[in-house]
Amino acid sequence: MILYVISVGLSVTMGLMGFINLAHGVFAMAGGFILSTAMTSFGLPFPLAVLVAFIVVSAGSIVLERLLYSRLYAAGELAQVLFSIGLILISMALARLIYGNLAAPVFLPEYLRGQVHILGRDFPTYRVFLIVFSALLIAALWFGVERTRWGAMVRAAVDNRGMAQSVGINTRQLFMATFALGSGLAGLGGALGADILAVQWSYPFEHLVYFLIVVAVGGLGSLRGPFVAALLIGVADTACKYWIPEFGAFLIYVATMGILLWRPMGLFGVRA
Amino acid sequence: MSGYTGDPRIRPQEFLPWIIAIVAFFLLPEYLSLGARIVVYILFALSLDLILGYAGIITLGHSAFFGLGAYTAGILGAKFGVSDPFLQLVAAAGAAALLGISTGAVILRTKALTLLMLTLAITSIVLEIANKASSLTGGADGLSGVEVAPILGLFKFDLFGRTAFIYCLVTLFLGWLLVRRLIYSPFGAMLTGIRENAARMHAVGAPVYWRLVLVYTLSATLAGIAGALLTQVNQFVGLNVLGLEPSGDLLVMLILGGVGRLYGAFVGPVVYLVAQDYLAKQYPEYWYFGIGVLLVVVVLFARGGILGIFDTWLQALSRQRSSARASAR
Amino acid sequence: MAASALATEKLCKSFGALTVADNINFRLAPGARHALIGPNGAGKTTFVNMLTGAIAPSSGRILLGGEDITKVNQAARVRRGLGRTFQITTLFRKLPVLDNVALGIAEREGVARRMWKPASRHGEIIGEAEQLLATLGLAADARTPVQDLPYGRQRLVEIAIALGLKPRVLLLDEPAAGVPSQDSHHVLDVLAGLPANIAILIIEHDMDLVFRFASRITVLVQGQVLVEGTPHDIAADRRVRDVYLGEATHA
Repeated sequence: MILYVISVGLSVTMGLMGFINLAHGVFAMAGGFILSTAMTSFGLPFPLAVLVAFIVVSAGSIVLERLLYSRLYAAGELAQVLFSIGLILISMALARLIYGNLAAPVFLPEYLRGQVHILGRDFPTYRVFLIVFSALLIAALWFGVERTRWGAMVRAAVDNRGMAQSVGINTRQLFMATFALGSGLAGLGGALGADILAVQWSYPFEHLVYFLIVVAVGGLGSLRGPFVAALLIGVADTACKYWIPEFGAFLIYVATMGILLWRPMGLFGVRA
Repeated sequence: MSGYTGDPRIRPQEFLPWIIAIVAFFLLPEYLSLGARIVVYILFALSLDLILGYAGIITLGHSAFFGLGAYTAGILGAKFGVSDPFLQLVAAAGAAALLGISTGAVILRTKALTLLMLTLAITSIVLEIANKASSLTGGADGLSGVEVAPILGLFKFDLFGRTAFIYCLVTLFLGWLLVRRLIYSPFGAMLTGIRENAARMHAVGAPVYWRLVLVYTLSATLAGIAGALLTQVNQFVGLNVLGLEPSGDLLVMLILGGVGRLYGAFVGPVVYLVAQDYLAKQYPEYWYFGIGVLLVVVVLFARGGILGIFDTWLQALSRQRSSARASAR
Repeated sequence: MAASALATEKLCKSFGALTVADNINFRLAPGARHALIGPNGAGKTTFVNMLTGAIAPSSGRILLGGEDITKVNQAARVRRGLGRTFQITTLFRKLPVLDNVALGIAEREGVARRMWKPASRHGEIIGEAEQLLATLGLAADARTPVQDLPYGRQRLVEIAIALGLKPRVLLLDEPAAGVPSQDSHHVLDVLAGLPANIAILIIEHDMDLVFRFASRITVLVQGQVLVEGTPHDIAADRRVRDVYLGEATHA
């Protein structure tokens, strides 16, 4: 589910801006680090720290977008891939310099630890919380995209940027805002998931493949796609590791290949 | 310049890399193992340039072929007692070619992000297999004790890396000859056509898909040979020849040198590996940082890599000279 | 009756609920000078894309010289003799004009697969390319990158590439589109000078060019063939005037 939160932002930015941003994991990592720092160095309570993570990462992403990303919109895939790899390397180095080699410590608040008793079985509270949160998030996003004016503009711009511009939609601002949202969501996911996906300097690289799989399989530009894909991958991963431990992550890749070859645009892809 | 209007004759500057290599052999004997590593990566980079620079296929999965070649040579030498270096090379080339043609045929129907993802998936799968099949591959510990018999029964792989260096250099030379021929041939012109405007190539009757599969297979074969060379030089192969990292490194090296220029594949690895040898040991965090910054800078300002900068500089110089001449009249 | 150079039988294409081609029966005679006209949105480009294989029809057949090519892919159709130019120039912009043409000729001759002898030593290919360029008045630009040429000459390069493939049938998609009026006469001359044994279908909006070039005209409206006949018939047909030439004849 963490994968979903982090990846939905990527799906939107890649689908919307057509920009191959491999560095999305950087924003997630930043969110995680900010959460940790906010809680340990500044003593902020968990919910507030999460909010701070979201806001700071969004703001930071706007700066990056204005300064760097926007120059490369028309530059072609290779340039974008290389650029985002460069960003990953820079941020990983910085993370290592600032935070060292260890994972950022995260202390979940009391009310989120332990187990809850639902329908006769025990579930880890935190995971339940995450699932609920993700469901709420998808509902909010769905509402935002399908029902509001902003959502309509985003959908129009994904479909046909030139047309959207000529109808008077300020696509530059729209992209900036959407990129900020997407990156902010990544930061949020990184922060929330810090307990499960340890936040350390190698984070963007380690999980890059997973983010990309979720996005490519789910389909660029869609909201449901990464949700379904993250769900599938989460389930498949756990199931495979449980039943056929020999093959572990192996099957995920094979499954990804299968799906991509069958549906090159992803399961719900709007744009390839 | 290649293509129908180009000039295929070998220019004097093209002797430079070989001269430098031979000079290095005599003057820098302590650095020969680094030298062999550089030569291997140049061959690897040449193979990538063939599909990236000339055909326009963006891939992060080229390490699959490199790694497969490396492990093939390693397994033959360590587990099956096949120690003849040429046999190992041929086997590695064959294995890589097989993987190349089978994966190429499947994935080259897709484009852009999907293709990129698929290349990544493939190299991840190969990595997982190598990891899990530890009885054959040594798993996470790697495969040591790879036996490599003396070349032609005469030249033993010595401790100083002299044999290794010359061996790699000769293999690179042959590979380079092949690639250069290919680039200047009608096939090479056709590849450039695909890169420049694939829709047009379809419209002139080119079976684009099959041509891409062919060049992908050739490229995979070369990469496999490069991987085998690395194993033979180190007499060891580990998991670090597979996965995203070597593919990413290679991409950086090639971009640094300059894509689609044949000699970018020479300049890039030299600069990268020499810098890495010196800097990464001293300041590892700064190394990644530096490479990252370099990458961003190159992408934003110097798309053609080092050779591209060189070209622009030369052009500026000749313009200065001709305008000076003009104003002197 | 001799087989048509190119024909369609009951050709249909729908995108969901939108029908862009409705039961089109079309015949292009060998050596024809045939024009396809119709208002914007009539489905002309979709029709051409189906002929070349860029889009698959929903139903119907396409025949090239009597052979069914409905299931044949784009590149294979080109090899069987169906050439086209694009409405928006689709050229190798950074490459010299000579290379643009030579690439096509090399494909036709089966030379493009060769990997050993340098391309620039293939005198036959280069010679033929140079001759072709000369007949179109492009000889001086042979070594100039396409993107450095004025647009009108780029359109000529489009035609040159198509001719280099020695097609039996040539589909010209708005060859004069976007060409400044002082250069368009050159395009016209080239069109007039095309070999008589090639069947040519031209899609155009420029009525002057159509009436001077074509001996047969097909009018396409909303995916259906409205009427087909000689230029005289078409000009006199009331329905065509109403639908299409209406504004022009008011003057």
